[in-house]
Amino acid sequence: MSEIVLDAVEVSRDFDVSKPWLQRVVSREPKRTLRAVDNVSFAISRGTTLSLVGESGCGKSTVARLAVGLYAPSGGEIRFEGQPLSAARAQAALRRRMNMIFQDPYASLNPRWRVRDIVAEPIRAFGLLTARDAITARVGELLTQVGLAPADGEKYPHEFSGGQRQRISIARALSSEPEFLVCDEPTSALDVSVQAQILNLMRDLQQRLGLTYLFISHNLAVVRHMSDRLGVMYLGRIVELGPGEDVFRTPRHPYTRLLLDAIPDLDMVGKSRTPVGGEVPSPIDPPSGCTFHPRCPLANDRCRREKPAHTKHGNVLVACHAVEEGRTA
Amino acid sequence: MPLLEVQNLTVEFPTRRGVLRALDGISFDINAGEVLGVVGESGAGKSLTGAAIIGLLEPPGRVAGGQILLNGSRIDNLSRDKLRPIRGKQIGAIFQDPLTTLNPLYSVGRQLVETIQTHLKLSDRDARERAVQWLEEVGIPAARQRIDAYPHEFSGGMRQRVVIALALCAEPRLVIADEPTTALDVSIQAQIIALLRGLTRDHGTSVMLVTHDMGVIAETADRVAVMYAGRIAEIGPVRDVVKHPAHPYTEGLMGSIPSLEHRVERLRQIDGAMPRLTAIPRGCAFNPRCPKVFDRCRNDRPELMEAGVTRAACWLYARGAAHV
Repeated sequence: MSEIVLDAVEVSRDFDVSKPWLQRVVSREPKRTLRAVDNVSFAISRGTTLSLVGESGCGKSTVARLAVGLYAPSGGEIRFEGQPLSAARAQAALRRRMNMIFQDPYASLNPRWRVRDIVAEPIRAFGLLTARDAITARVGELLTQVGLAPADGEKYPHEFSGGQRQRISIARALSSEPEFLVCDEPTSALDVSVQAQILNLMRDLQQRLGLTYLFISHNLAVVRHMSDRLGVMYLGRIVELGPGEDVFRTPRHPYTRLLLDAIPDLDMVGKSRTPVGGEVPSPIDPPSGCTFHPRCPLANDRCRREKPAHTKHGNVLVACHAVEEGRTA
Repeated sequence: MPLLEVQNLTVEFPTRRGVLRALDGISFDINAGEVLGVVGESGAGKSLTGAAIIGLLEPPGRVAGGQILLNGSRIDNLSRDKLRPIRGKQIGAIFQDPLTTLNPLYSVGRQLVETIQTHLKLSDRDARERAVQWLEEVGIPAARQRIDAYPHEFSGGMRQRVVIALALCAEPRLVIADEPTTALDVSIQAQIIALLRGLTRDHGTSVMLVTHDMGVIAETADRVAVMYAGRIAEIGPVRDVVKHPAHPYTEGLMGSIPSLEHRVERLRQIDGAMPRLTAIPRGCAFNPRCPKVFDRCRNDRPELMEAGVTRAACWLYARGAAHV
């Protein structure tokens, strides 16, 4: 097995969602916390892509922010190349080796800066280059790498379309010469034909530069296209984790099956299906036992009582009592 | 006779720098009980088409040419007062965001009763009974208990169900659904699509389903119109458009969608981006991005023409063209 770049060990993250102090005292309510990420473990090998997929509120974006140190874990530990992330981030030399691409290319670029300054910011911040000419040359090179022209550096973000802006975000993320990129829904704000351009670009860059990706998305087809390994999240937990092909070919967890069944697909012309009922419950007050049990067709008493642990099935880890007991049809 | 006929519809926006033509002579029909999907990328004009049909174009946008006929009579030149009873009674609308469609200050029951009584002669009690029936029909559990709840007390999926009930409760002949599932999670999206399809089939309602999601169209629509830069690039039965696209743009669009069934090394991509309205190229609007472009495409604008089973606005299918 190749070298592990990022290693998350039983990571949890809580958020305080209590009402303001005075209101709480008056109405005698206790503090309330929301566990956005609950005991999540995964490892990403160098040069590969791990994708996390799930619906709104499943905690996938929180994991993305934990992975680059924008949030500190409430429990567990994240290690970057073997070092605890907090220690790694204290060293500029390690910090520049991780970067992030955000979802909304309209909000993540400063509208008052020229593109060349946006792309050069990490270079300046980390002091990678100091000579003006060298920085200009490097920015031109980065813009070319993402399919823009060096002359585009003179323009402002509003002069670009959504797809071009996302290219600028990618150029900026690459400017600190990172090895590990966290991509939080990088194409969900884009049209499909532009999405294809960006996904192809990201795969090309990965091959050329040996990048390691943590890829977050709600779109299973995009995830299938991009990932080597795949984690399916539900209410803060990873319910199934394994090689992408294995998970897609034989989805084991009932939630993974639900997701795969629910997606409208081009190959489904004229076919009908039975949609699964129910909605994702509130993470503030999650169901007991396995949090998926209220929507699960295979739920029994044990599922309502006991939180399932991960068990190994082939190369895939699954957190489900029914799968463990072989109750799945 | 088709239920809805759109003929040569042109929508323009006068601006300081000249008139922008957002829809340029589009024509299509929707038959009774049919689901027509309208797809395209942002700015292609798909939502605008829906807005023009229900007479909800935002000023300064205006219908500059063509006509819209519902049951054979024109509705594009009606005054506001004459259009109002048609909107709701004849044509219902479902928009993307259920939170902004519902009035947060009124209970869902009151909104339903108001809509029902505006269009149908029913007593307060009968209207309320009808409202409960509709909530049950769209799958709201314990509808009788929840009818007096406010929109914020419902989840996103439940709210969209209420919006569907509102759109259908006056039993319109045609529903315009503009991105009805885009704001929802996938597992909820499947429920809403199934619901919309089932209800419109039961009531014989025609649907114009506007979305950017080809998957949703593939599963829901009977026919599909693919829009590009304010025109229809291709229109035809959904199966043929998806499996055997005729227009090079449709072909590129289908190829750029990652599939769940099989993984490819590289997605097909269409280089470049859709032109802005201020810079629509001469000839076919797609010609600068088209892999099959030839001389005629750069000069003449193609109209929809027969292209096998579908109709495509592409010179490849001109009679006597040697390029096919």
